[in-house]
Amino acid sequence: MKVDMKVNGRAVSGEVEGRTLLVDFIRQTLRLTGTHVGCDTSQCGACTIHMNGEPVKSCSVLAVECEGAEITTIEGMANADGSLSTMQAAFQEHHGLQCGFCTPGMVMAATALLKENPSPSEAEIRHHLEGNICRCTGYHNIIKAVQAASGQDVQPVAAE
Amino acid sequence: MPKDGGIGASSKRREDIRFLSGTGQYTDDINLHGQAYAYFLRSDVAHGKINGIDTSAAEGMPGVLRVFTAKDFDGVGGIPCGWQITSIDGQPMQEPKHPILAEGKVRHVGDPIAVVVAESLAQARDAAEAIMPDIEDLPAVMDMKAAVQEGAPKVHDDLTSNLCYDWGFVEDNREAVDQAIKDAAHVTTLELVNNRMVANPMEPRVAVGDYAAHSGESTLYTTSQNPHVIRLLMGAFVLGIPEHKLRVVAPDVGGGFGTKIFHYAEEAFCTFAAKQLRRPVKWTSSRSEAFMSDAHGRDHVTKIELALDADNNFTALRTETYANMGAYLSTFAPSVPTWLHGTLMAGNYKTPLIYVNVKAVFTNTVPVDAYRGAGRPEATFQLERVVDKAARELGVDPIALRRQNFITEFPYATPVAVEYDTGDYHATMDKVLEVSDHAGFEARAAESKKNGKLRGYGIAHYIEACGIAPSNLVGQLGARAGLYESATVRVNATGGIVVMTGSHSHGQGHETTFAQVISEMIGIDADQVEIVHGDTARTPMGMGTYGSRSIAVGGSAMVRAAEKIINKAKKIAAHLMEASEGDIELKDGAFTVAGTDKSVAWGDVTLAAYVPHNYPLEDIEPGLEETAFYDPANFTYPSGGYACEVEVDEETGRVEVMGFTAADDFGNVINPMIVEGQVHGGLAQGIGQALWENCAYDEDGQLISASYMDYAMPRSTDLPMFKVDHSCVTPCTHNPLGVKGCGEAGAIGSPPAVINAVIDALHRGGYDVPHINMPASPDRVWAAMQGAKANMGAAQPAARSTDTAEGRSV
Amino acid sequence: MAGAQLGPAASIGIEKMYDFEFDRPTSIQAAVDSLKTEEALAFSGGQTLMPTMKQRLAMPSKVVSLSAIEEMKGVRVEGSELWIGGATTHATVMRETAESYPAISSLAGRIGDPSVRSRGTIGGSVANNDPSACYPAGTLASKGVIVTDRREIPADEFFQGMFMTALEEGEIVTAVKMQIPDAAHYAKFIQPASRFPLTAVFVARYGDGVRVAVTGASESGVFRWTEAEEALSGNFSAEAVDGLATPDGSGMISDLHGTGDYRAHLVKVMTKRAVAAC
Ligand SMILES: Cc1cc2nc3c(=O)[nH]c(=O)nc-3n(C[C@H](O)[C@H](O)[C@H](O)COP(=O)(O)OP(=O)(O)OC[C@H]3O[C@@H](n4cnc5c(N)ncnc54)[C@H](O)[C@@H]3O)c2cc1C
Ligand code: FES
Ligand code: FES
Repeated sequence: MKVDMKVNGRAVSGEVEGRTLLVDFIRQTLRLTGTHVGCDTSQCGACTIHMNGEPVKSCSVLAVECEGAEITTIEGMANADGSLSTMQAAFQEHHGLQCGFCTPGMVMAATALLKENPSPSEAEIRHHLEGNICRCTGYHNIIKAVQAASGQDVQPVAAE
Repeated sequence: MPKDGGIGASSKRREDIRFLSGTGQYTDDINLHGQAYAYFLRSDVAHGKINGIDTSAAEGMPGVLRVFTAKDFDGVGGIPCGWQITSIDGQPMQEPKHPILAEGKVRHVGDPIAVVVAESLAQARDAAEAIMPDIEDLPAVMDMKAAVQEGAPKVHDDLTSNLCYDWGFVEDNREAVDQAIKDAAHVTTLELVNNRMVANPMEPRVAVGDYAAHSGESTLYTTSQNPHVIRLLMGAFVLGIPEHKLRVVAPDVGGGFGTKIFHYAEEAFCTFAAKQLRRPVKWTSSRSEAFMSDAHGRDHVTKIELALDADNNFTALRTETYANMGAYLSTFAPSVPTWLHGTLMAGNYKTPLIYVNVKAVFTNTVPVDAYRGAGRPEATFQLERVVDKAARELGVDPIALRRQNFITEFPYATPVAVEYDTGDYHATMDKVLEVSDHAGFEARAAESKKNGKLRGYGIAHYIEACGIAPSNLVGQLGARAGLYESATVRVNATGGIVVMTGSHSHGQGHETTFAQVISEMIGIDADQVEIVHGDTARTPMGMGTYGSRSIAVGGSAMVRAAEKIINKAKKIAAHLMEASEGDIELKDGAFTVAGTDKSVAWGDVTLAAYVPHNYPLEDIEPGLEETAFYDPANFTYPSGGYACEVEVDEETGRVEVMGFTAADDFGNVINPMIVEGQVHGGLAQGIGQALWENCAYDEDGQLISASYMDYAMPRSTDLPMFKVDHSCVTPCTHNPLGVKGCGEAGAIGSPPAVINAVIDALHRGGYDVPHINMPASPDRVWAAMQGAKANMGAAQPAARSTDTAEGRSV
Repeated sequence: MAGAQLGPAASIGIEKMYDFEFDRPTSIQAAVDSLKTEEALAFSGGQTLMPTMKQRLAMPSKVVSLSAIEEMKGVRVEGSELWIGGATTHATVMRETAESYPAISSLAGRIGDPSVRSRGTIGGSVANNDPSACYPAGTLASKGVIVTDRREIPADEFFQGMFMTALEEGEIVTAVKMQIPDAAHYAKFIQPASRFPLTAVFVARYGDGVRVAVTGASESGVFRWTEAEEALSGNFSAEAVDGLATPDGSGMISDLHGTGDYRAHLVKVMTKRAVAAC
């Protein structure tokens, strides 16, 4: 089956089977390996991308379902000049990542939150990220990064 | 003022750029030309005799290159165990063969029976479904205490029993300990379970094997915390490949937490099959597969007794632990309940007499090995729970009881064979009480009560031994390897530096912190320093990252190599400035001659080393590259006070963590931001173990918590913001940086703090519950309250106390 | 920009599921016809089906996606009746019922996580009838009617036990209708791993009585706790629930996360909390 979609602003088309997952299409066919796979029960969120502006788990979407869709992956998040986006930069500034494996999904989920709710509370951030598992950070610095990216006050890291 | 570079600065992590932009290179991102895919057919029964495996249908399926079973591994070794424990009776532990694919029997759910290698993964999986194994069910050995009884079914028929070893430590103390317990004014006894855990780094394991026919060299790309160790174990013991013909690469690794230390069958398989098939062979674990093939952690069943005199001084401690080894011995499995656990039983206390007995038992479960903290969380949990229980029984303040028994003089030789170099436990206790606002607790508890919740405050104090480890000592203790670390510092002609370290970073941020150290030592910008790790072809040797050893051991090796560089560079500088070597100083990236205004820049010296026109060639060689191996003189001993505050919902039993404070003494700190991040992650895992995570089997050996549907990973909504302090500093006395290591502390100190808080909350609500086994899930807490209610006043057995009686932590 | 043409190979090699034919009809009728193929399966948000198929627990010959059928999407309020198209996502329900039926909006907003909510649908949820799913409780308590391509089925008859419904082979849930109550609340106690309800209770108060639907607890799936309904219809208060005997734990689910007795106890606690929050 042929499928056409827009990925990170670029039109792509490829041959897939009915059973081809979007994440496999992204990682294998398009070689965009920033999107990760951390589970097989749709729970970890490592594979989170944006589909028509909404966060989805690309491990739980068929590639053929994305006919005509606009897909954004972590590779499409940086600013036009290549510098890190506000959210990406906040993750670095606040040490919101360690091994980096959950990070692309986390950044995608967090970015979607701010589109919907530009100034979320700590509880709202936590609720929104419930489907993104991080084993390294204990979430503390992720929460701070999202607060910072939304322009809210955050204590500087090493002075708590 | 916080520094903005060098040692002590919260420098931002340079590795973040690639992780944040999606350009990290994890093992699954590696695809080699012509690669084939391996799919493992795994046992769905816990224990069974293999009567035959019919692979004929599978072999003819589309795309199949070859189907492997145990018979294809004639002449190939088993997966080795890296540690030998000796039993009380002087006999070495029983060590069963751990074949790459199951031989004769399957011994746990997930034990690999056969592997299909095919052109595509889909084809390999389809073919695997056509394999017909004829397996005769055998009774599953699950209950550790029953497993060591006479006549119990055996996991390994060629062993005399399911007992791997019966270890006594320190055997010479045993009688004195028994006597002291008899003579004690008070003895507090506690039976408990340290629940089985699955490490669950978010990146599942991956192995890609490759073979270059032209050079006869094999390469393995793998998700490992220690590629050199894998090279040694797999090359020497399994596949018989000399180290110079084997390269192991561990690129970006998505978390390890211990479970990526060990050498796994899948790594050996992919390396082996690549050579057989002359094709790269790739295996990527699914999460479901990870649950039944990654080594698990913890799983101890323990009885601990603490003896006190009439003044509440600890006089003796005795423990008996059943430690689950699973079906085979994983790489470091035997060392975890022994040397990483028994040696820590003194904790922060000057208990004069200690005896630890550990029976390691084979069961039909996934092998158990080190998981963040490894042995030390088990020791700390027992000790900090029994001390709390003693305080409650004696009606004294648990904080005061701890303080009264704290070790205050250093160095301190414990009765369990280690010597603490430094520490100040009163300081960390003071700090944790202050930061957690202990004084304000009663007011908060009253507030909670108004909202219908029971609030509890739990304290724990821990010691850990890390910076693993002095080679001569661990050699005496049964290690089959040395635990030094190495580093090469290569200075290029233009002054840039490449450090090749044997420490591996899989989240710890070495690329940033190690560069900070070099930058500080030489006085050049950190951007001038590149840190290379994770490839046996690029780093001379390495024992890898675990046991909070990277900065303490790997960092020390790097410092030593850098010192050699500086010494040589000073010689060159002295020559260039026609001064005496003794007068040369290095500061801010320039060499000066004391008492003069002569100066030569770092880059001029490095250039001279490679363009030796004006150079003391008769005294020193050109070039500027040095290697150092560092073998620590002792373990390092981080310690700290942890406080947890919880609210218990009386109606549902749900526990909510309202606050968590960690006051650690890590010695000197290179990058506070990273240290705090390490503690946060450790706390999340420790709190997870205490409240939610549980790897459970049923009595037939079926894994019940086999996915995230049943294994509760801590989520963003489960945890509070943490309060983390590391201002108490007693530098390590025996390594050049004075550092102690911080990677495991959070996971070690937190579980008892949480459970102590839960017990405190229940008592405040009038529920006389002496203990609750982890995880203190809502149903267990509720059941404990019901039990206590039914027998108001009398001491109650913990919820599911049968867990302990059954000798099985599930 | 010219589209990148990617190789002809259909298989990219690492597919986890069995292969199937894929169809994406744009009308209910076309979907019904397409589903007539043997072993064809309706596919809505895929948030249940994808993990199931990856485990190879389902092996349809054909997958019929409902996601392009516009007539199955959307939320409408007609008087006191709420109509939700079968292919409407949880996220849409959450947003669009916030004013008309806040308790359902809140239920939808607590299913899974944002990514699950942007794909998963109400039709898939009720058709699947997972014993721990949220919508079956909301639907049953809200005097729901399940609209299919061929008939309308009252929720009381639709949910027939764990993963069992009144749906016939190839029948599609095209919409779910609910009666908007005077007051309602959904009290959800989560299972710590899956975050599905360990036990959850939806209480809806109408002029002519109270409905209490329980999910997560019973081995026979979602059910109405009639004793509580009676007591609450007379006296709508938490105390009225307090006076009731705890439901029998013997038919309740017992697993790693809680015994039947514990779940039975939670039924009562969650009912009380739902009433108190109404
Ligand atoms: C991480 C995670 C967390 C979740 N948490 C929750 C939770 O807390 N509470 C909860 O209730 N659910 C939860 N879910 C399930 C989620 O709500 C699903 O979206 C829902 O159960 C199924 O809807 P779907 O549209 O995805 O259906 P699909 O997966 O597409 O289909 C499910 C089943 O229904 C059939 N089907 C689908 N649509 C129709 C239709 N219109 N007519 C007839 N048959 C149809 C399919 O053939 C299939 O058998 C969770 C899921 C995930 C992955
Ligand atoms: S890979 Fe885990 S949710 Fe997609
Ligand atoms: S940074 Fe490692 S899993 Fe989140």
